[in-house]
Amino acid sequence: MVHPIQAGLSNLPPSLREAAYVLGKSPRTTLFRVLLPNIKPSLLTGIVLAFAHTIGEFGVVLMIGGNIPGQTKVAAIAVYDAVESMNYPVANTYSLVLFALTFVILLLVYLSNGGYFKSWWP
Amino acid sequence: MMDIFVEKTLRAPGGELTLRVKEHLPAHQLVGLFGKSGAGKTSLLRTLAGLLQPEAGKIVVDGATWLYTAAGINRPPQERQVGLVFQDYALFPNMTVRENLAFALARGQDPRIVTDLVELCELGNLQHQRPTHLSGGQQQRVALARALVQRPRLLLLDEPLSALDLEMRQKLQQYLLRVHREYQLTTILISHDPAELCQLVDTVWVLADGKIIARERPLVYFATPPPAVPWQLKGKIVTLVPQQNGALVVMQLGDEQVQVWANPALAATFTPGEWVDIHLEAQHIQLKKTDHQP
Repeated sequence: MVHPIQAGLSNLPPSLREAAYVLGKSPRTTLFRVLLPNIKPSLLTGIVLAFAHTIGEFGVVLMIGGNIPGQTKVAAIAVYDAVESMNYPVANTYSLVLFALTFVILLLVYLSNGGYFKSWWP
Repeated sequence: MMDIFVEKTLRAPGGELTLRVKEHLPAHQLVGLFGKSGAGKTSLLRTLAGLLQPEAGKIVVDGATWLYTAAGINRPPQERQVGLVFQDYALFPNMTVRENLAFALARGQDPRIVTDLVELCELGNLQHQRPTHLSGGQQQRVALARALVQRPRLLLLDEPLSALDLEMRQKLQQYLLRVHREYQLTTILISHDPAELCQLVDTVWVLADGKIIARERPLVYFATPPPAVPWQLKGKIVTLVPQQNGALVVMQLGDEQVQVWANPALAATFTPGEWVDIHLEAQHIQLKKTDHQP
């Protein structure tokens, strides 16, 4: 999340921030009204990458209560459990679902950042 | 009225450079800042705006101290009432032209000034467009209008017209003059173009290696000796004084009046109040007593 936003901010011309300061705007107003709205693609990338990373999270969830029977279970652990119990068809299905989900999400992000949807929502 | 003293060490491509400027600027003046690249022009402007911190300095504007390093006073850019037009215009891409102007409003300020400025800078047709869809000249007008929203005490222009073609530049020079007079501003303009400075400014400050080496009326500084490369200026005819064989055309050029003789046929086509192009070229004719009579 941090890296794409940091890159987005450092790619903005410094004159935008300075122009807002000279117009009497506080650093806070400048951040929310000028800087963040101008790095929307980076924000979206940051959010989605964080999400895509989390959806496949395994180690931490396994250690800290992410696997309460009948209540919580994440996809990666479901795959792990299925493999452990030699239930390969189920593991394959779960993997395919995970793959399709992350693929579609990333595809949407790149299409959106590439301006593909601009023709529908100008 | 403004008193400036700033001292700042700058890192220039050819080593270190000390910017040391001590000047007095009377109110409602339009001053041009002229000098080579790297002489410290932009740095001086940024220091005045509060975007660059000098090592030592004192800036007093109309009795208000903006900067006084000895007393630990250093007002941030937000509290300086400065209008700054950046070289790259720095328009906010996420806002329309009108939103750019409205964003500049101070808290509680009467929003009618936005409409006034849209009219003054002829932005009516463009006001709902995003800056990325505008041409350079249009962006320049938006940047100028936005800098004026808060009615600044000091207007700073960093080469605002350098990226434009001659026709657009001459048109925008008239905007600048109109805005400067209508809003009774004190203005500092950076420019590399002697013709532009002659057209616009009352005084030119020549900056070299961080020091101001000359402060002079632009026509006096640039036109003596006459320029080697022809210049094209625009002047407004004030009056025509009939002479025996032609007429003396008196023109207003910035704050100066210039007189040029015209033959009867040419003079007959002119009327006072009309704009004319003035071509200026080196034409040195000198008479000397000769030692050899042929």
